[in-house]
Amino acid sequence: MKYRYNRRKRTFLLLLLCVALLAAVAVSGVLLAQDAARTDFSIKNQMPSRAHLFGTDWMGRDMLSRTLTGLSMSIRIGLATAVVSAVVSLLLGSAAALSRRADHIVTYCIDLVMGVPHILLLILVSLACGKGLTGVVVGVTLTHWTSLARVLRGEILQLRSAPYIQVAAKLGQSKWAIARRHLLPHLLPQFLTGLVLQFPHAILHESSLTFLGFGLSPEQPAIGNILSEGMSYLTTGKWWLALFPGLALVITVALFAALGEGVRRLLDPATAHE
Amino acid sequence: MKLEGNNLTFRYRKDRKPVLEGVSISVESGERLGLVGPSGRGKTTLCRLLAGYEKPTSGEVLLDGKPLSAWKGPCPVQLLWQNPETAVDPRMKMEQVLAEGGPVAPSLLEALGIQPDWLTRWPGELSGGELQRFCIARALGPATQILLCDEMSAMLDYITQAQLWRVVLDEAKRRNLGLLVVSHAGKLLQQVCTRTIAL
Repeated sequence: MKYRYNRRKRTFLLLLLCVALLAAVAVSGVLLAQDAARTDFSIKNQMPSRAHLFGTDWMGRDMLSRTLTGLSMSIRIGLATAVVSAVVSLLLGSAAALSRRADHIVTYCIDLVMGVPHILLLILVSLACGKGLTGVVVGVTLTHWTSLARVLRGEILQLRSAPYIQVAAKLGQSKWAIARRHLLPHLLPQFLTGLVLQFPHAILHESSLTFLGFGLSPEQPAIGNILSEGMSYLTTGKWWLALFPGLALVITVALFAALGEGVRRLLDPATAHE
Repeated sequence: MKLEGNNLTFRYRKDRKPVLEGVSISVESGERLGLVGPSGRGKTTLCRLLAGYEKPTSGEVLLDGKPLSAWKGPCPVQLLWQNPETAVDPRMKMEQVLAEGGPVAPSLLEALGIQPDWLTRWPGELSGGELQRFCIARALGPATQILLCDEMSAMLDYITQAQLWRVVLDEAKRRNLGLLVVSHAGKLLQQVCTRTIAL
């Protein structure tokens, strides 16, 4: 008899596959860093072939290694910024939910950050921090904590007025016990889902920032740099310089989005048993 | 023990007229007080005030002469909610839900008709009536002196109602608990209560 997977198991397998693929990209990028920088003018401007699947650029560098290195860089930056901004959201969101004065300040900051177009604020923050890695990480972190902070604040406020929490307090449970036994199990899924869904945003914004020239420095093999350099060669018919890296970026972002969706499905009680 | 509500007034919003105005009520240990009144007259609100879930706009709730809010730890006044689904954390297994109220005697669980395998289930896997049994067991913890039953059996069939009320009454007599029973069922109040008032 064929072994049948239910939906939950299938989602879990899909999740594992996403993680494995992304981890493979991240690791291979690090291993191929030397390869990506090696120039060989005897094979410059080659079309995609079996030896160079993504072709080579005007300095004879292998585009596959460059793409993987760039993606790996994006994934690592995405990881760092998503974790930092999610932790900032958690701290500010819970502060807002627990004290009225903090609530005024945090809500004001959320409105302030959300009121300015993301990319504009990103550019300004990155410039102010002197561009480069610090600029990108600080910029993406400062612009991406708002939506998750708002969600967590709302969730905590709602939980605090939930009858079962009031009953627990009446039954003599300490505040600490209520936070651990009641608040945490409800907040953790929201937090994890929000955290994973930050990745695609962070990666895309890092790339666009670098593409526009306000992010990582030009000598770094970031996807944004590869794309902006490739742009100037598009008109001369070297389509592979931008197409494959662009496609790879889109696939990476889609994988992260699928990952977030999978985490949400596994942790959300309404869909957990489907 | 004596639970008193003195001259209670309560409004949910400042610009609305009060739900309760100058209501006084008292329940003592060993007493079983029935409370009747049409919908929207504030029976549930009064229960919430007496159990300390809401603060009265004016007036005071006293337990043995001390303000109810001054009591620390498990509150001697416990409220049984009308809908048990909201009074149980959906992300907690039933045995943890029970444990929150303190140790429960196995004989009480048996009397309430709680099957042993229900303890390892999630709240979403039990019906409203089954959940209400757990709420009753949880509210009858060792510290409880006065129990407020807000329409606790309205959603149950008569056989189950009879079973649960027998348990609650036996427990109330054995431990000399005070009961406040809110219900629309006049027959039930006649059976259960020593005295009935209308709101």
